[in-house]
Amino acid sequence: MLRSEQKPFEEIEGYLEGDKKVFVLGCDGCAQSSKTGGMPQVVAMKERLEGAGKKVTGHTVIDFLCQKALVASRLRPLEAQVMEADSLLVLTCGVGVQSVGAMVKKPVHPGCNTISLGGSRGEWRGTERCLECGDCLLHYTGGICPLTACSKGLRNGACGGASDGRCEVSPEKPCGWELIYERLKEVGRLDLLKEFIPPKQWDKQRPRPEILSTALWALEQRDEEREEDRG
Amino acid sequence: MVLHEALESKKFAVTTEVGPLKGTDTSEVMEVAEVLKGKVDGVNVTDQQSAVMRLGSLATCSLLVEKGLEPVFQMTCRDRNRIALQSDLLSAHVLGIKNVLVISGDFPSLGDHIDAKDVYDLDSEQLIWTINQMNGGHDLAGNELQGKTDFFVGAVVKPVSDTEASTELQLAMMEKKINAGARFFQTQAVYEVDAFDRFMKRAAQFKVPVLVGVIPLKSVGMARYMNKNVSGVFVPEELIEEMGKAEDKTAKGLEITARLINDLKDLCQGVHIMAIGWEKKIPEILQLAKLA
Repeated sequence: MLRSEQKPFEEIEGYLEGDKKVFVLGCDGCAQSSKTGGMPQVVAMKERLEGAGKKVTGHTVIDFLCQKALVASRLRPLEAQVMEADSLLVLTCGVGVQSVGAMVKKPVHPGCNTISLGGSRGEWRGTERCLECGDCLLHYTGGICPLTACSKGLRNGACGGASDGRCEVSPEKPCGWELIYERLKEVGRLDLLKEFIPPKQWDKQRPRPEILSTALWALEQRDEEREEDRG
Repeated sequence: MVLHEALESKKFAVTTEVGPLKGTDTSEVMEVAEVLKGKVDGVNVTDQQSAVMRLGSLATCSLLVEKGLEPVFQMTCRDRNRIALQSDLLSAHVLGIKNVLVISGDFPSLGDHIDAKDVYDLDSEQLIWTINQMNGGHDLAGNELQGKTDFFVGAVVKPVSDTEASTELQLAMMEKKINAGARFFQTQAVYEVDAFDRFMKRAAQFKVPVLVGVIPLKSVGMARYMNKNVSGVFVPEELIEEMGKAEDKTAKGLEITARLINDLKDLCQGVHIMAIGWEKKIPEILQLAKLA
């Protein structure tokens, strides 16, 4: 389970500045239960974008966007609508945005920030990883997360330590920033490499108290922890 | 003459670097300082180079200031968060340090404290931007400083890469670093003049001084080691052969270095000599290169 919240509409509009036609994509998994990317939110976003003068070439909700194989098979019937768009606005967690970016040769924009659950457990994640940083950067990086794809988590570019495209820290993995470069080149957005990403607001990555106090969290506590909480 | 004046004067600038030792013994650094005094325009002090824990750059820079040298305070983003970085910058200013060189820093797993937590709270572009904020009288959070800093900020660039992605990223980041406030660049070590020429043809548009990195070759083994392990360093086979045939490896290493400096000289605004143990031979290199 990942929790997300929609980015402010002004931020999304900024991402879409050069795009006239957009495909809006949601997810019937966590985004649906977060009320950020289920069908009602996707339709609301479509209407809002149309109100702002964008053409929405199509919209749909897939369960689940974190599974790349499903992204490909479920989007195939809508291929014409997807390919007509300049870009895709994806209303899901950071994993969903990255798996769409990996499967569709179009720029992807994150419509949500994934917020921290304070450590996710019992999940079997794919290759796309999301740190739940609460301040999604995927718009600037071709839909590949620099926090997880780069060993140092650098936001503004490579450290310069890679050799033959392999990471200085773990040569068995590719340099995340070289992957970002290749993706941005593929979707014609190399201009984004020059965007300065300001210092990150790490406080957004701390799990919020309301998340730590869900019913499930309380049930998971051991008796002594509950006692301590009661003080 | 301070470093930024040397670079603005259009004369070919010379910087070098020293690495503090692991421990409190500063005698070697002080001996090197004595040798270099008056001979170079700046002396970088490395910051926990290769992620190996040592005496700090800040304290060593301060000793160099006392000795009358012009230190360049190297700061990596690896070990300190934004609070510690900014505080160290304020400390550097009050200790009379004028120049800062910003780098990402090798990952802890490459050093001698492999279990250390990496920080990278700021990346190098963000740290450069932060220093510029401080020069303007404000900290990163926007609070006013009681007394601002006045740093001449430098950054690094890798001129020769092995992939298109790396080449293009280096140029894009160079531009981003300049926009964030970088006013000079020191480069990874260069051995191929043509490759550096190709890089400078594209980097010249930025109109920011570039000091080309040079590492004196000491042996065939060193050249092969760097080719295999150091990103962005490519020693051509001819140079390795030349080194292999030489009877006096030290003399040959110095000769090659001087020749390289002369071949690179017209392409950029200065040289940054990373002598790695040969710091006391730098006056000799400068004489051979007819720069002294």
